[in-house]
Amino acid sequence: MMRFIHRLASPKYFYDVAGRIVPWAGWGALILILVGAYWGLVEAPADYQQGDSFRIIYVHVPAAWMSLFIYVVMAAAGAIGLVWRIKLAEIIAIASAPIGASFTFLALVTGSLWGKPMWGTWWVWDARLTSELILLFLYLGVMALYGAVEDKRMASRAAAILAIVGVVNIPIIHYSVEWWNTLHQGPTVTKLDKPSIAPEMLWPLLIMAVGFQLYYVATVLMRARVELLERERNSRWVQELVQPR
Amino acid sequence: MTPTRKKRLILIAAMLVGVGIATALAVTAFNDNLMFYFSPSEVAQGKAPADHPFRVGGLVTTGSVQRQPDGLTVQFSLTDNQSTIPVQYTGILPDLFREGQGIIAKGRLNDSGVFVADEVLAKHDENYMPPEVADSLKTARQGMGDQR
Repeated sequence: MMRFIHRLASPKYFYDVAGRIVPWAGWGALILILVGAYWGLVEAPADYQQGDSFRIIYVHVPAAWMSLFIYVVMAAAGAIGLVWRIKLAEIIAIASAPIGASFTFLALVTGSLWGKPMWGTWWVWDARLTSELILLFLYLGVMALYGAVEDKRMASRAAAILAIVGVVNIPIIHYSVEWWNTLHQGPTVTKLDKPSIAPEMLWPLLIMAVGFQLYYVATVLMRARVELLERERNSRWVQELVQPR
Repeated sequence: MTPTRKKRLILIAAMLVGVGIATALAVTAFNDNLMFYFSPSEVAQGKAPADHPFRVGGLVTTGSVQRQPDGLTVQFSLTDNQSTIPVQYTGILPDLFREGQGIIAKGRLNDSGVFVADEVLAKHDENYMPPEVADSLKTARQGMGDQR
């Protein structure tokens, strides 16, 4: 196991393995998202109170889950990069940031679109919405900090520290609806009790969530490969790669 | 693990703990301000501010909704099953507004104890089900003599 991790940390080996994973994850994501979207948008029954408007859950909730998940991955990879100075961990961390920011933005926008007809407002400054907005700013801050420093290894370290500090926001986002009175409803699926959603509505949601995960895997590996080539452009294996014998 | 790596790891852990404690303290200090709304019992206890607008959240009491002839003004009462507060609102209500539904009203109390709202938001709960399931749940409850 350790040997496999050590091999994976070598840039050339990672480049090859990631290149082989990308199509699988990409096609898997496409199929699952199509199935989940059809099932969720067409097959699943309408909600007893919200009617068809509830169907935005199939984009909103997986996107919000991903926004939290990717942040934790980014901070963990950043921490590994800081402690062990593994180049690949730094690359995974910074490759995750724009993807996580996009999911956060998507969650905010879909929530807002749903909020207008259901709540009666596009936006309120309650604890859940505000902490999710802070998450978006954290992602943007990490990206900006990384871009502002010329030396990419130093930039990675600075960005990683910011990412780790921001981790405190993750439990706040998750528990905000339980700790405080908020306009946003409490958790439906991610709690210890039985999910308070009918199974025929839950299944497409879970399929969409797995699809979004695979989409992240595919895109983060694609971004990481590009970043890797750029950073290693002077190394022998990249030279050999671009100049076929 | 080499000593330098160990030191860095400890440093990062210490940083996380430090930031965590600082945030926890700040969040507890602002706890009251982070509450989006007051419950009717909190209003009854006088916890709500008298001098500026605030929000009240609760369930619309069943049978309390009265519409005025002008078609826009609505009177209803909000309850948390302990205290009840009368609310008056002029404007368009959100789709989810109905009796028994959780809502949040923003406004202030007038002299006669009526909460005059200038904004009413519907609070959705975390339950999702098809209409048939909701109907059968309702019939089952009524069968057991539960009035909810």
